Formats: sequence, structure tokens, C-alpha cells
Amino acid sequence: MKLRDNYQEAVKIFQPKPSYFLNAVKAFFVGGLICGIGQALQNFYIKFFTLDVSVAQHMVLGTFILLATLLTGMGVYDKIGQFAGAGSMIPITGFANSLASAALEHRSEGAVLGIASNMFKVAGAVIVYGVVIAYILGVIHYLFWNIF
Amino acid sequence: MEYVLAFLVGGIICVLGQLAMDIGKFSPIHVMSMFVVLGAFLGSIGVYDWLVSFAGAGAILPISGFGYALMDGVTANIQESGLLGIGTGMFAQTGVSLSAAILFSFLISLIFKPKG
Repeated sequence: MKLRDNYQEAVKIFQPKPSYFLNAVKAFFVGGLICGIGQALQNFYIKFFTLDVSVAQHMVLGTFILLATLLTGMGVYDKIGQFAGAGSMIPITGFANSLASAALEHRSEGAVLGIASNMFKVAGAVIVYGVVIAYILGVIHYLFWNIF
Repeated sequence: MEYVLAFLVGGIICVLGQLAMDIGKFSPIHVMSMFVVLGAFLGSIGVYDWLVSFAGAGAILPISGFGYALMDGVTANIQESGLLGIGTGMFAQTGVSLSAAILFSFLISLIFKPKG
């Protein structure tokens, strides 16, 4: 059992050192580009469909989710993800990608047991923690509002 | 100018995620969950409102904007309908992106075949 205890240490010298700076630069440019395009799209929607800012932001989110799932289906998003790391994962497109890729991966197991039940394999954590923290902070807000 | 701000703020948020993955050795799922929690927390104390007001899509599009949208709906509805407002308000803002993600993922997985 001695090897197993030291396994992480033992293989450490054989692992390539990740280039923190280069990864950060890639993530910065891809993530920034996605957000810049999103801002341009938001201004386009406001101008051409004369929408409110909040409605336009919802439409931008919807458009990006549609694009991300399409690119995931075509196999392009995985390549972007390999290049950009967190730059493609932190924007909402990464959330859509995790849903779509999990659904695609299990499609051979059927529409209900495969696609539907495996869809939230990765993104489920995001929704669970989002809902839980929103409830906790909401109760704190409520108490603050009514007592103080 | 607003494009530059969206680019910078969105980029910086992504860099923070990348650093958490590289240096903190967190898995992508951990980082995404952390950013949602962080966005909701910053939204509840009003910092994220300020970030959205000057960065626009640069603050909305990252996953922390999802947490902010959850919290934004909660704080708006909690004044009208009390504690029940937490449940109704939570998905008022995020409903669009959640339902769109589920619908499109389902349709895409029916149309395309997995590659690689």
C-alpha cells in the first residue's frame, strides 16, 4: 500500500507543468471575445428590435446557448474548449455545452433513460448550488428587510 | 468603449476561473459551481449590479451572471410576496436561459451523432 500513498507524489515529476500564464492569456482572449460579441449582439437587438436592455440580454443569452449547443453537436466546441480552457467554460456557452455534450454522449441509451436522465450530469451541480445559495441568501435578505 | 469594458470584465472573470483550475487544482464543475455561488453572493450585496451597469454583457454572460440573475429575481420578488417570493423569483430571470439550454440540448442530441 506504500505506492498508493505516494502515488500522487511519485507521478508528479512525470507530469508536464501547465503553463499558467499562457493558459490565462488564452482564457482571457476567448472569454473576452465571447463577452464582446455578446455586447455587440445586445446593442444590435436594442437598436433593430427596439427592446429593453433586460429583454435584449435574455435574447443574447438565448442566442449564445443556441450557438453553443449547435457547435457542440457539430463537434467544434470541444476543440475551442481544448484551446481556451476556462475561457469557453465560464461563459454561459460552457453551461449549454455541458448540457448538450452529456445529452449527446448518452443518446444511444434512449430518449428517456439516455438523453433526459443524463443531461444534468455536469450542469446539475451548477443548478443545485445556485438554488441552495439563492434560498439561503433570500432568507437572510428577508430577515434583514423585516426585522431591521 | 462599452465593448472594451465587456471584453475586459468578461476576460478577467474567465482568467480567474482558469487560475482556479490551474493553481487551485479544482475540477471544471467545482469552478462553475463556485462562480454561481460567488455571483449570487455578490448580487445579494449589490456589487454585481454595479458590475453589470458598466460591463453589460461582460458581466451577464459568464456563469456568475447566472447566479446574479437567480439572486436578482429573488430580491425583486421578496418585497412583494414575502418568503414565497424566493421560490417564484428565482426562476423569473433565469428561466429563459435554463429552458433554452434544456430544449436546445434535447433537440441537438436528437439531430446530431456524438463525434470522437
